[in-house]
Amino acid sequence: MLIRRIKTAIPYALLTVITAPIIVSYGWLFMSSFAKRTEGLKPYGFTLSNWRFLWEPLPNMPSIWRITANTLAFALVVTILEVGIAAATGYALSRLHFPGRRGFLSLTLILHAFPSVTLLIAIFYILRLLHLYDTLLGVILVKASLELPLGTWIMKGFFDNVSWDIEMAALIDGCSRFRTWWQVIIPNIRPGIAALSIFAFLSGWSEFLLPYIFLTSFNNWTLSVLIKRLIGDFRFVDYGLLTAVGLFYIIPVLFFFIFTQEYLLNIYTGGVKG
Amino acid sequence: MEVQLENLTKYFGKVLAVDNLNLEIKDGEFVALLGPSGCGKTTTLLMVAGIYKPTKGYVKFNGQAVNHLLPKDRDIGMVFQSYALYPHMTVYENLTFPLKLKKVPAEEMRRKAQRIADMLGIGELMDRKPGQLSGGQQQRVALGRALIKEPKLLLFDEPLSNLDARLRLAMRGEIKRLQMSLGITSIYVTHDQVEAMTMADRIAVLNKGQLQAYAPPEELYDRPRTLFVAGFIGNPPMNLFEMELYQEDDHYKLRHPDLSLAIPDSRKPRRQPSGRRVIVGLRPEDISIGPEGEIESEIYMVEPLGRDDIITCKIGEIKVQTVVDSRLGYRIGDKVRISFNMEKVQLYDPQTELSLLWA
Repeated sequence: MLIRRIKTAIPYALLTVITAPIIVSYGWLFMSSFAKRTEGLKPYGFTLSNWRFLWEPLPNMPSIWRITANTLAFALVVTILEVGIAAATGYALSRLHFPGRRGFLSLTLILHAFPSVTLLIAIFYILRLLHLYDTLLGVILVKASLELPLGTWIMKGFFDNVSWDIEMAALIDGCSRFRTWWQVIIPNIRPGIAALSIFAFLSGWSEFLLPYIFLTSFNNWTLSVLIKRLIGDFRFVDYGLLTAVGLFYIIPVLFFFIFTQEYLLNIYTGGVKG
Repeated sequence: MEVQLENLTKYFGKVLAVDNLNLEIKDGEFVALLGPSGCGKTTTLLMVAGIYKPTKGYVKFNGQAVNHLLPKDRDIGMVFQSYALYPHMTVYENLTFPLKLKKVPAEEMRRKAQRIADMLGIGELMDRKPGQLSGGQQQRVALGRALIKEPKLLLFDEPLSNLDARLRLAMRGEIKRLQMSLGITSIYVTHDQVEAMTMADRIAVLNKGQLQAYAPPEELYDRPRTLFVAGFIGNPPMNLFEMELYQEDDHYKLRHPDLSLAIPDSRKPRRQPSGRRVIVGLRPEDISIGPEGEIESEIYMVEPLGRDDIITCKIGEIKVQTVVDSRLGYRIGDKVRISFNMEKVQLYDPQTELSLLWA
C-alpha cells in the first residue's frame, strides 16, 4: 500500500520540481506587480502604483488603451484573414484537382519551414513600396501571410476528414459548390476552425518581431513592443511597472486559453494527410 | 423518367473505369447495376448523378443529353452506402434540406417532412442528430431525404451494405415496395447478387467497366450470355469445367478423360467454338445424387448450411458442387452416383468467353 503510494507520488514529485521555476516566475510576476520594491525574489510592501498606467499615460508613451486596442486589432484581423484564406485554400487543396496541386502543397510546407527573420529586409522594401511601412495594416498583412502556409496545411487536414459522400449528397440535394462548402462542409470542421482561430489569435497577440521592426510611430505600438520599450528606454528599469504591464499583457491570453484549450487540442488530433 | 446511357466512357487519368457503356432504362423501371468491386458501377452511377463528367458519350434523360447539367438541376435523389447524412443537422433538418434549397414554404415543408417520416417510421426521431441513430434509422432518414423532393430518378449506391443481415432483408423489401408504389425510375448499385435478383426489374452486370449482360433476373439466371455472368450469378455458383466438343451422327457430344456427356438437341450450340475445347456449365440444382445416376464419383467436401448441404463431388479431376437435403447425411469419401440434367447445360467458348447458346 505504502509502496504503491510512493510509486504514484514519484512522477508528481518530479513534475513539481520541473515546473517549479515556471510557477515561481509567474508567482513573482504577480506579487511584485503589487509590491513597493523587490529584493531578489522577495517582494516588500503593497502598492497599486505599478498599475498606474491603467489610468494615467506613462511619460513619453501613448495610452495603454490605445496600445491594447492596436494589439487586439492586430490579433483579430490576422486571425480573420488567416482563417478565411486558409479555409478556402485548404478546401481547394483537399477537394479539387488542378494543375500544380502537388507542387503547391510541398511549397506550403517549405514556406512554413522558412525562417521569416531572413525575409525582414525584403519585407521592409515591399512595405515601403506599397506605402504600408509603419502602418498596422502592413504588419497585419505580413503576419497573416507568414502564418498562412501552416494554417492552410492544417485546414486541409480537417477538410480531408469530411467524407466525400456528404459533399456529393449536398450537390444532389440542390447546393451549388459554394453553398456546399459554406453550409455543409464548414459546419463539420467547426472544431478545426475554432482551433486555428485560437492558434492564430494567440500567435498574433504575442507577436513581437514584426511590430517592433515595422511599426515605429508611438501610436502604432502593440503591447509586446511597449514591454520592450519599458526595458530599453529607461535608465533604471522600473521592475514594478514592467511586471504590471507584463501581467496585463498575459491576462487575456490566460483567460482565452482556459476557455478554449479543448478546441486548441483539436489541432493535434485533426491530423494532416497528404 | 427514361434514362439512356450512350457510349458512356470514363477515364481516371489513364485508368479506364467505364468502357463504352450502352444502357436504356424505361420509365418507372428498377434497374440494378451488379458487379464485383471496381467494376465501374459506382462510377456509372455518379456520372448519371452529374458528380463525374463522362470522358466520352452521353447521359440522356427522356432523350435529352444532360452531360452539362449540374447535379442540383437533374431532379434526382440519391442514397449512399455511408448514408451521408449531415452530421450537424437534426433528422428534421436533414429531411427538409433539399426543400429548403428549393425555397419551399415552411408550412409545406413541415407537412411533407411529416408525411415522409411517417411513411418510413422515423416520426419520433425528428429532433435527433444522425450520430444518435442506429444504422437502420440513419438509412431510413437518408431514404427520406432522397424521396422528399419527389425526384424523377432515384439512385442507390449500395444502400444496404452497412446494415446487419436481418435489417438488410427487411429494408430490401421496404425499398422495393416503396419504389413500386411511388413508381420512380431507380438505379441501384450493388455487389450483392441476391439484392439485385430480388429487387430489380432488370439487372445490368458489369465487369471491368464493360457491360456483360442486361436482362431480367430470370433470363440472367437461365440464359447467361457470358462466362462472367454464368460464374457471377447464382449461389453456390454454376459449375464450370472444360471439355472437348465433337459431333457424332449429327449429335453433339462432350468428352474428357474422366467423363463423357451427350448434348440434347434442345441445347445444340448455335455457333461453333473457336477451338475444340468448350467450357461446360451446370448449376448445382441441375446435378443430383442418387442410385439411378450414371456417373460415378466420390464426395470430396460437405458444407452444411442447416437445411441443405453443399456437396462437392469429384469425377476424376473434375469437381462439381450440388445442393442436397442435409438429412440425407452424406459424408466425405462416400462413393455416390450422380446425374446431370443436360437439358439445362450451358456452353461457353473459352477464348471469347461468350455463350455458344445465347450470344
